[in-house]
Amino acid sequence: MKQFFYFIRKEFYHLLRDRRTLFILFGMPVTQILIFGFALTNEVKNSRIAILDNSKDEATTAIIHQLEASRYFDIVENLNSYAELEPTFQKGQIRLAVVFPEQFQNSLLHTNAAPIQLIADATDPNVANTLTNYASAIIMDYQNSMKETQDFPYTITTELRMLYNPQLKGSYNFVPGVMAMVLMLVGAMMTSISIVREKELGTMEIILVSPIVPIRVIVAKMVPYLLLSMVNIASILLLSVYVLDVPIHGSLTLLVFECFLFTLTALALGLLISSISDSQQVAMLVSLMGLFLPTIMFSGFMFPIENMPIPLQVISNLVPAKWFYYIVKDVMIKGTGLETVWKETLVLLGMLIVLLTISIKKFKVRLE
Amino acid sequence: MESAVKVERVFKNFQSGKTQIEALKDISFEVGRGELFGLIGPDGAGKTTLFRILTTLMIANKGNAWVDDLEVVNDYKEIRKRVGYMPGRFSLYQDLTVEENLSFFATLFGTTLEENYELVKDIYVQIEPFKKRRAGALSGGMKQKLALSCALIHRPSVLFLDEPTTGVDAVSRQEFWELLRKLQLQGITIIVSTPYMDEASLCDRVALMQDGRIMDIDTPKGITQKFSKPLWAVGAADMYSLMNDLRSDERVDTCYPFGQYHHITFAEVNQEIQGIEKSLVDKGHTNLSIQKIEPTIEDCFMELMNQ
Repeated sequence: MKQFFYFIRKEFYHLLRDRRTLFILFGMPVTQILIFGFALTNEVKNSRIAILDNSKDEATTAIIHQLEASRYFDIVENLNSYAELEPTFQKGQIRLAVVFPEQFQNSLLHTNAAPIQLIADATDPNVANTLTNYASAIIMDYQNSMKETQDFPYTITTELRMLYNPQLKGSYNFVPGVMAMVLMLVGAMMTSISIVREKELGTMEIILVSPIVPIRVIVAKMVPYLLLSMVNIASILLLSVYVLDVPIHGSLTLLVFECFLFTLTALALGLLISSISDSQQVAMLVSLMGLFLPTIMFSGFMFPIENMPIPLQVISNLVPAKWFYYIVKDVMIKGTGLETVWKETLVLLGMLIVLLTISIKKFKVRLE
Repeated sequence: MESAVKVERVFKNFQSGKTQIEALKDISFEVGRGELFGLIGPDGAGKTTLFRILTTLMIANKGNAWVDDLEVVNDYKEIRKRVGYMPGRFSLYQDLTVEENLSFFATLFGTTLEENYELVKDIYVQIEPFKKRRAGALSGGMKQKLALSCALIHRPSVLFLDEPTTGVDAVSRQEFWELLRKLQLQGITIIVSTPYMDEASLCDRVALMQDGRIMDIDTPKGITQKFSKPLWAVGAADMYSLMNDLRSDERVDTCYPFGQYHHITFAEVNQEIQGIEKSLVDKGHTNLSIQKIEPTIEDCFMELMNQ
């Protein structure tokens, strides 16, 4: 047992003395969370718009005020004629223009109908769509508030409710994704590199020609990275709760347990990679291409799996990150318990057992 | 004499791409208990492969081997408890200090530095002043001493040293061999490989290896005594043209450069040296010096290679 603990201690020495790697390992989750939280977001916020108000009456002013008050829009231009519209779009200053016709309020009051034109820059169709939806919603809002003061006999309004994420925040989606990414990277890549480094240095030869049992070597290699991953999980969760306002609705214990399970799966994958690669570069490439990319592509975090062709959907089932991503989303965001994620948990557990068995079997007690 | 290591008709092949490399061809030898045995041969002779088979890291394609009367394939676990192994590449943790390296390898073998201090004392006192230094920052000679301490820490019965003096300066090499002599007095069997022929004379017995074969096994003296022809050392001002002239001379059988002299043998055993000397003078060589010398292991190695 003593040799086992000393082995772990030795692994910690390696880890703690390699300042650069250590910095990357602890810095990576923090930067990823911050980058995804603040920079890489597909939400539309503070879009620059222009107003062409040909009416300048009470009603148009009220609508303009409401547009300005929303966090989606920033009014940067007040145009005077249609002729100015095109150049302003072309210069890329605005993404949307709201055009009120002449006599807007008059026609609204007398004919019960008045058009508003929304002109969007559709070079990015998704953004254009989102912006016109937002603007329409604000205008509808105004219309409804008018109805309260006057009596129209029949009105049908649709009421939308966005479950679990009423503000439609992107961070609800990417926090689980970043967690899967970081844990996979730290677990698989770092363990495989640390084992392959011993092969490269030749120290593996001495370790093999010693009485230590292979399984202890394997476990001793895993322990430091398991602890490191736990620290990363803690920092990701703290950042998401306190900086990004992503709450943890479900049980924290269950969440940590699932992270633990996923990290072990990643470590087992790292062991497997180390047994097939002879140099640190190979181990790194295999981890990046074989694990990191599938984690991003097939976990459902970036691209919805339902939209993929059937063969790819089948492949995605082999990616541990997919199951982990489901679990974290359910437990963390929806606040459900083990009763809804037991299937996914069992899949992860099964993967862990299979991978661990293979990598222990594949661990060579000789050089060839 | 009971043997510490016994190798019987071992063959080992490697697959490299589509070609098969025969690394060991029919190797057999025995090493007695407490012997200091040397494997002498150039790079690629198969020394490391042989070590790896004996330290249970590889399995021979044919033949068998025993260490401490334990069979290397079936009893590998028991062998791993008993032998000390120092691989050719420097194999300690560069980012760990001298002390940490030692205690790591000590714990790996279930012992402590204190327990076997007596054994490594001579070596350890030399590296002790640097015990807080990272192994990567040590000089080449110090690294080798540290590696030797680590290989010794569990008092192995057989010690395998794969080219321990390669890349080490002359003084450190000498010190290293003195250490080996002292270890031998403690009853440890030592098998050491080296590409340096001059180190052969420091072993009890040596095996000369070339191209996967053992060409000869004997005491260093026994090997040099087998050298069949008179050997001459020839020197001149222009060594390069001297070699060309000697090699083109029909009366000269072999001519190899050895430091400041060329060692030559003659095709006829009774060849008079004066005849050679005269023709060299005629060819304009100056500062000519010719003397009869005793053959070294390297001369024997060259002769065996040509057979």
